[in-house]
Amino acid sequence: MEDNLNMNNQNQHEQYVEFMIDADVYKTTVNKMYTLRKPYEAPDARKVTSFMPGTIQEVFVQPGQEVTPATRLCILEAMKMKNVIFTTITGKVKDINVSPGQLVPKNFVLIELE
Amino acid sequence: MRMQNVLQGGGQKAIEKQAAMGKMTARERIISLLDPNSFHEYDLFVEHAARDFDMDKKQLPGDGVITGTGTISGFPVCIFAQDFTVAGGSLGLMHARKITKIMDHAMNLKIPLIGINDSGGARIQEGVNSLAGYGEIFYRNTLASGVIPQISVILGPCAGGAVYSPALTDFVFVVDKISKMFITGPEVIKSVLGEEISMEELGGARVHSEITGNAHFFAESETDCFEQIKKLMTYIPWNNTKKADPFPKKAPKIREFRISEIIPTDPREPYDVRNVIRAISDDSDFFEIQELFAANIVIGFGRMNGQTVGFVANQPMVLAGVLDVDSSDKAARFIRYCNAFNIPLVTLVDLPGYLPGIDQEHAGVIRHGAKILYSYSEATVPKVTVILRKAYGGGYIAMCSRHLHADFVFAWPTAEIAVMGPEGAANIIFRSEIMNAENPDEVRRSKVEEYKQKFANPYVAAAHGYIDAVIEPDETRRFLVHALEISSQKSEKSPEKKHGIPPF
Repeated sequence: MEDNLNMNNQNQHEQYVEFMIDADVYKTTVNKMYTLRKPYEAPDARKVTSFMPGTIQEVFVQPGQEVTPATRLCILEAMKMKNVIFTTITGKVKDINVSPGQLVPKNFVLIELE
Repeated sequence: MRMQNVLQGGGQKAIEKQAAMGKMTARERIISLLDPNSFHEYDLFVEHAARDFDMDKKQLPGDGVITGTGTISGFPVCIFAQDFTVAGGSLGLMHARKITKIMDHAMNLKIPLIGINDSGGARIQEGVNSLAGYGEIFYRNTLASGVIPQISVILGPCAGGAVYSPALTDFVFVVDKISKMFITGPEVIKSVLGEEISMEELGGARVHSEITGNAHFFAESETDCFEQIKKLMTYIPWNNTKKADPFPKKAPKIREFRISEIIPTDPREPYDVRNVIRAISDDSDFFEIQELFAANIVIGFGRMNGQTVGFVANQPMVLAGVLDVDSSDKAARFIRYCNAFNIPLVTLVDLPGYLPGIDQEHAGVIRHGAKILYSYSEATVPKVTVILRKAYGGGYIAMCSRHLHADFVFAWPTAEIAVMGPEGAANIIFRSEIMNAENPDEVRRSKVEEYKQKFANPYVAAAHGYIDAVIEPDETRRFLVHALEISSQKSEKSPEKKHGIPPF
């Protein structure tokens, strides 16, 4: 991700950091929200993730199994709904990171394909 | 006797429990906020009519909320305070009716409404009637928005649907360790997601002041919080047909706040823009709003020659003063508040533009950034802008430029009005010359210098009439006071419409 910060180059008498906008460098401070922001990760279709937090109710596939976008991979129960999880690509199951009954947060990698 | 009973609220034990939590009772709160002996209570003997779950056997004094009218520094207000000692301040049908009744009074009388929230949420025994109660409150909050000032004070839990009433009001006050606001509490989050978090970390006063921006004023104690409310009331009018009451004129404390000593000459060096505001406002008084949230923009009230003005200023000390998702949100809402309540806007500009970054783009900086353009453009109150140093690109346009129909735009000699900063601009304009040069670094440096000489000043914009006057920093107050005085009868009509479609 683009980094506007140069933490090493601190102003000697203050807590100021150098902060770059376009090509110009400004001395300033950074707030909590800026330091807490999450770095960007490009989406990877081979990683099947949870679109919301919930509980894994059932897993239908095994490692090594060929899957297509029509294959039911698992059921993620969330907000009283049983959501069937599919993939967008055709491939082979490499890893299954969840088992029935497991609570998963949002964007958790459930199943990895290859 | 009957009166004595009801005035006791939830009884001695519940009151002791409330005190143990470091909280005042609802009645104590109203009395310490309002002028002495000014509180007049109504609907003291209201009783709930619920029958299910043995509710008919329960007596709930005042149905868990105290309502009435009174004054704050002579200023009339309608007020309600939820009483946590009575059934946890839970909201049932009659509780809600008491609130909506006092809200209707506030609207009819055209005076401010203050709501003190301290409630466990919906009274579950009353089922859908309790939800209906919330809905009626939200509806009135929305209709009253921009007509009368609405102030919410969170002095206890405020969870689930209950949070939306404060969210719809103008200003939300919170107190450290006492206020708690969230849609779903820690218990639900734990049972559904398995994530553990305390109430304080999830929706405490600090979280809403620093991270979510839901709260506007943060206080260490309830008493401090009431002082903040009293102060706020002095800056705002009773309703949208009036102007705020004028104050005696007072000069700034220029011994403490000298502009020439506040501003570094190097445009890349930071400073605290709040001191510039204090250097030009009456008595160097500046009442900041949302101090801890999106501190890269500063908003708040002050006075110029006795009249309330709303200040909006970029803060070079934080994130170089850039506009981003949160700061645009923060400023835009404040601009709309000032416009709704006839408070002139003074904008101080010193920013390098919008914050670059994938996270910002994906967080919707386009639609959030557009809010600030929208609110400045639709504002018909007097708008006066001073460009202190940098004003680059979209940021220059957004910060109440002439092009968004500011009434007056002044610039200091140190102002730089350009499409972007000198380094970036030179890199683009002279790209081939720099790349083809034998010593690119030297050529770049000289081109940056050339660009600075030509464009990093206020005179190009002044030549086009985009700036009305280039003024010395020490003349700022004089020019502002004059501009605001001659704008006092400004009447600008917006095109007739039901309402606009702002990029919410």
